[in-house]
Amino acid sequence: MNSGYAVPAVALVVVATVLVGAFGLRISRTTSDFYVASRTVGPRLNAAAISGEYLSAASFLGIAGLVLVQGPDMLWYPVGYTAGYLVLLLFVAAPLRRSGAYTLPDFAEARLASQAVRRLAGAFVVGVGWLYLLPQLQGAGLTLAVLTGAPDALGGLIVAVVVVATVAAGGMRSITFVQAFQYWLKLTALLVPALFLVLAWQGAGAPTHAFDEPATFRDRRTVDVQDTLALKLDRPLTITVTGTVDGRPREDARVTLPEGTHRIAAGTRLTFAEGTRVPATDRGTNGGMSTSLAESREERPLYATYGLILATFLGTMGLPHVVVRFYTSPHGVAARRTTVAVLALIGLFYLLPPVYGALGRLYTPELTLTGDADAAVLLLPDRVVGGVGGELLGALVAGGAFAAFLSTASGLTMAVAGVLTQDVLPSRGVRHFRLGTVLAMAVPLAASVLVGGLPVADAVGLAFAVSASSFCPLLVLGIWWRRLTPPGAAAGMLVGGGSAFCAVAATMADFPGTGNLHALLAWPALWSVPLGFLTMILVSLATASRVPPGTAAILARFHLPEELHAEVKA
Amino acid sequence: MPADPAERRVTVTGPPRRSRRTSGYYRPRTEIDEQTTLGHTYVRSLMRTQLRAALVVFAVLVFLVGPLPLVFAAAPEARRLEWLVLGFCLYAPLILLARWYVRRAERNEEDFVRLVEDR
Repeated sequence: MNSGYAVPAVALVVVATVLVGAFGLRISRTTSDFYVASRTVGPRLNAAAISGEYLSAASFLGIAGLVLVQGPDMLWYPVGYTAGYLVLLLFVAAPLRRSGAYTLPDFAEARLASQAVRRLAGAFVVGVGWLYLLPQLQGAGLTLAVLTGAPDALGGLIVAVVVVATVAAGGMRSITFVQAFQYWLKLTALLVPALFLVLAWQGAGAPTHAFDEPATFRDRRTVDVQDTLALKLDRPLTITVTGTVDGRPREDARVTLPEGTHRIAAGTRLTFAEGTRVPATDRGTNGGMSTSLAESREERPLYATYGLILATFLGTMGLPHVVVRFYTSPHGVAARRTTVAVLALIGLFYLLPPVYGALGRLYTPELTLTGDADAAVLLLPDRVVGGVGGELLGALVAGGAFAAFLSTASGLTMAVAGVLTQDVLPSRGVRHFRLGTVLAMAVPLAASVLVGGLPVADAVGLAFAVSASSFCPLLVLGIWWRRLTPPGAAAGMLVGGGSAFCAVAATMADFPGTGNLHALLAWPALWSVPLGFLTMILVSLATASRVPPGTAAILARFHLPEELHAEVKA
Repeated sequence: MPADPAERRVTVTGPPRRSRRTSGYYRPRTEIDEQTTLGHTYVRSLMRTQLRAALVVFAVLVFLVGPLPLVFAAAPEARRLEWLVLGFCLYAPLILLARWYVRRAERNEEDFVRLVEDR
């Protein structure tokens, strides 16, 4: 493939990341610089940094791949990722900043004056953070493997080493610059090739059948099936086969498969004629970012769409790397304005993945069969534009993809390492923060090597569902409801987050559920979020005597504008 | 030269302007600072206004987004509409909603500061 330019592009991104990080290091001097960049990051820089951190592998590669395989329903993902910020702005942004805490566990402790709740929140931060780090490392491995044929673990290893080095050396100040730089890099890396792709598409007479179901092959296309898969046909299909279909070996034979399910063995080569409809596949776990146990098309009732909407809308506010960013704003008003800028920046970015998804349906429909749908973004420039130009554009996209892994992984590592340093390791201080960084990255790296084939969309969905049903109730009720008690908060987080975690874990472990039960378990947010809220409220009401004594003063601090609030403290 | 070094240098400062201007007046500000029941009432009123602003915008969001999956499910032939709406048409309204909310929230806070500062 186009490894000639891709490797230098990825190397360039890595070197630039280290250099920008080193630039931040020169002005990162105090402990406060280290954790929250001394809270002096202005809205624009901070917004670019937050967006850079937020646009992960799932956004850069995963959405286009999902859309390619499963159609426009999957566009709810980017809409949800963006709307999550609006919900965060409405209920959380300014009070969270005014709470004056460093991390989510700090918030829990400040609000509820309870060490137990603090530790529980810390455990959830580390859990959600590790769950979210895993897909970043796997995505990096996939990208490098697709582009250069390197071993799967290598990309993840590179990302892990660079991230640990930048985070441990420079802390938050340096990361802020790195993230802001990487937002613009990612936007360019998708925007420029997209412009060329659209031009090439227009030049080809702007065919539009990509928008209609199902996708068809534009020209004669040969597909090498890597993993055994089951084709589900609702009408007869005529193809040329070399390999094994339904247990019968064939050699360059033209066969017409009748309706029904057909097993295509690994290593089979299929040739589709022009205009053939792309058949639907039925596959199990195969490690691609775009395939999920929970999401074969027929099993996605309306319920699943609403579950996805709820999880992404409410889960964003609890993602550890998102929350920690708000403490770097100078005051509550700036935190709000930053959030609006973030909405604009990520909204702008998310206009692009649908373009890749649609063109992918048009130009690379065979990716749905090979299981490499996530590679659509990487392969399209070469396929559509071609020549040296296509290779250069492909290299640009590969660099951007690496920026995506690096930035999200840095933010998550930062958040997880902060919690580990403050709550787990024996003493505080910058040296221990560095130890925490290594620890924060070592666990998901080991897991990504060991687990290997975990479907990435599931890991991301799990992180959002757990966050929506544990941190969302804690933040919203903690900020707006006076009668929240420590036992209530702990019970709500355990019941809501715990049940969401168990439900998705059961789905991943192939729990033999069918129909409604399966959908309920695969998309837990619709019941686990209300469950979390309800538990938190009911237990709090039952333990009304344990409302922390300083609640009124704390809520006043959360909500009063800074000009009043500075003097309240004095 | 004076014998006592403490007499040698004296820092001369004026009284803090704000406290002079406000001393002797009854002010809601003091109530909040001293966390009296009345002060809590002021804070509660601010919280309620802010929560109302947030809930109004949230309701608009739910109203905007909530029915969409139903619409798409009811009209499966309108694939292009789904592509268009989900892919490109929702982000601008989200940003406008956010700006609207920020303006309201900041105005609420300004009004509140004016109220308690007695300006």
